[in-house]
Amino acid sequence: MKLKGSEALVQSLVDCGVEVIFGIPGGQMIPIYDALYGRTDIKNILMRHEQGAAHAADGYARATGKIGVCFATSGPGATNLVTGIATANMDSIPMLAVTGQVGTAALGKDAFQEVDITGVTMPITKHSYLVKKAEDLPRVVSEAIYIATTGRPGPVLIDIPSDVQRAVIDYKPVKSVSIRSYIPIREATGDAEIEKAAKMINASKKPVIYAGGGVVSAGASKELTEFAEKANIYAAATLMGKGAISDKHPKCLGMPGMHGTVAANYAFRDCDLMIVCGARFDDRITGKIYEFAKNAKIIHIDIDKAEQGKTIKPDLSVVSDCKTALKKLIPLVNAKPEGRWNKQLAAWKKEYAMKVPAEKDKLLPQYILAKLSEITKGNAIVVTDVGQHQMFSALYTQSIKPRTFLSSGGFGTMGFGFPAAFGAQVGEPKADVFAVVGDGGFQMTLQELAPAVEQKLPVKILIFNNKYLGMVRQWQELFWNKHYSGVDISAQPDFVKLAESYGACGIMVDKPADVEKALKKSLAIKDKPVVIDFRIDPEENVYPMIPAGMSVDDMLISKEDK
Amino acid sequence: MSETHGMHSITVLVENKPGVLARVCGLFARRGFNIESLTVSITDDPTISRMTIVVADDEHELAQIISQTNKLIDVVKVVDYYSHPTAERELALIKVAVKAADRAELMQVANIFRANIIDISKTTFTIEVTGSKSKIDAFVELLKPYGIKEAVRTGTIVVSRGASTAMS
Repeated sequence: MKLKGSEALVQSLVDCGVEVIFGIPGGQMIPIYDALYGRTDIKNILMRHEQGAAHAADGYARATGKIGVCFATSGPGATNLVTGIATANMDSIPMLAVTGQVGTAALGKDAFQEVDITGVTMPITKHSYLVKKAEDLPRVVSEAIYIATTGRPGPVLIDIPSDVQRAVIDYKPVKSVSIRSYIPIREATGDAEIEKAAKMINASKKPVIYAGGGVVSAGASKELTEFAEKANIYAAATLMGKGAISDKHPKCLGMPGMHGTVAANYAFRDCDLMIVCGARFDDRITGKIYEFAKNAKIIHIDIDKAEQGKTIKPDLSVVSDCKTALKKLIPLVNAKPEGRWNKQLAAWKKEYAMKVPAEKDKLLPQYILAKLSEITKGNAIVVTDVGQHQMFSALYTQSIKPRTFLSSGGFGTMGFGFPAAFGAQVGEPKADVFAVVGDGGFQMTLQELAPAVEQKLPVKILIFNNKYLGMVRQWQELFWNKHYSGVDISAQPDFVKLAESYGACGIMVDKPADVEKALKKSLAIKDKPVVIDFRIDPEENVYPMIPAGMSVDDMLISKEDK
Repeated sequence: MSETHGMHSITVLVENKPGVLARVCGLFARRGFNIESLTVSITDDPTISRMTIVVADDEHELAQIISQTNKLIDVVKVVDYYSHPTAERELALIKVAVKAADRAELMQVANIFRANIIDISKTTFTIEVTGSKSKIDAFVELLKPYGIKEAVRTGTIVVSRGASTAMS
């Protein structure tokens, strides 16, 4: 079959099972958009900014587990993807970015809209390709998707010069991919390590599980829960691992770290064995590194060998995907009796449970989120932006399944929430998708309301509007003598009118009594986005908090501690 | 085993493709690693290039950078010669000033180092010398009093001693 390079690209994507792409065309993407014209087997969603396209592809991937694909033109189109690619890279999300490029004869000559995007993205992609021959395209697409979705997942970029898009080739579908220099593993460690791990677990008196995003990407949620139940060990799930074990599970301690629960952080401080599954000792978890879990032996299960010993040297490395390792581990572990340790954890969990502050006159973020969880029973997909509302969401919403709490964990990208929720809604059209955003972050990518209206996506955007860049303000209040420098964003649009001007539904809520009604109304709307402008208390802070670089003993548990 | 104190050589076998060098070197640069020397060339298999990278010894950091290098898609294999006996060689071309009266003496010095004089002008010798880094350092020291005009060194290449190979 004779196809143009651009047609071969689209056909290869379809052959690899790609159903939707998020993107924006431009001069060097016209042949590729021409190849999309009239096709019904691949949906082409036109975003309004390339950053939105990248985050939408990312949100799609996080919600569905499938690869997310975004398109952008050369130069500024490509550089606008960069933040989105870096976000996906930090959180190990499978993503494919396709960029147009100036013709091969013009490469490196400062042509109009030229940028060396493979060079720019080298540190933030798992791999990248600059395709010089159209014949290579089918193989490159298959390889790129294979690389992005296997091993430790991550973003891959394909840069395609315009003459390569136009060249005609003899198209043959790629049957299988084999790359001699890339052999992704399920399991590198042998059974001996698993047996050693089981012995350590069985011998421990005060074990705890530290579960991260690797559990979600390996689809090992069931195994993790089974392991925790069989061995009778409590588990803390990170921001990336939220939902890997249900927040309602009696053995779930919630999130550890800087804004983690007291129970999870005390468990980490006092444990004698830490079983780390698909997590990487992020500094937002560990705080002061030499104080972290200092009495514990550490078993580190991770698919990426480079994570072993990167931050903390484990006593036992298990290089494996979490599903394989946990499956093998489950039959080898004994049930721990319900001893002093578990009783202590249960007591902490109860004593320090996240409670909504009883301040009836104020509209508090904790109250809104607790209501949200109550109404949706934990069945909605909650996508957050970055800041105070993100931490409140992690602490006050209940996730009962993996892939239902999506957040920019590693890169902390403001502007991520709404376009990622857009992508999640495209991937899971039947789900109730809530974007929990701040008034700051929402204004960074709110232009995607236009395609959300166009696509009739019923994404519910909950703006936690405190007219501040709230997390920075919180740090300034606590550690910088209340010098509120550069955080006042009270000059802002009327979000209700803004939503309406896009053709979305807008609701303003400024008292607790109206929260439930507004949330229920948003759930009833199925054919357009709903923006709820929650005028929350402007100076409410997130607690607990371990100040940056400190340890669990420095934790501020509530506002009375400061 | 590194013949040079405080230095460490790593061999990286990579796909012979454009951009691979930048990926490997970028990884070192991003972690603040100064590359002391770097040689790259094709191997007996034309699809594979061999890089020899010499860096300052820092065991923990090095283990991390080797793991990260191994993750690069185009890297076929990383061989760390730490605690393994190796043969290491470097080649240098040194253009040194020479007065008529010093010619004989300089030729003797070159002889002792089994170095070759590959070019002569009225005022200079160009000398080729191979050996370990320390041998070349010593040779350069001896030539300094004559006046070194120009010196070029290839950087170290390394091969394991015995029958084992980087690919095996």
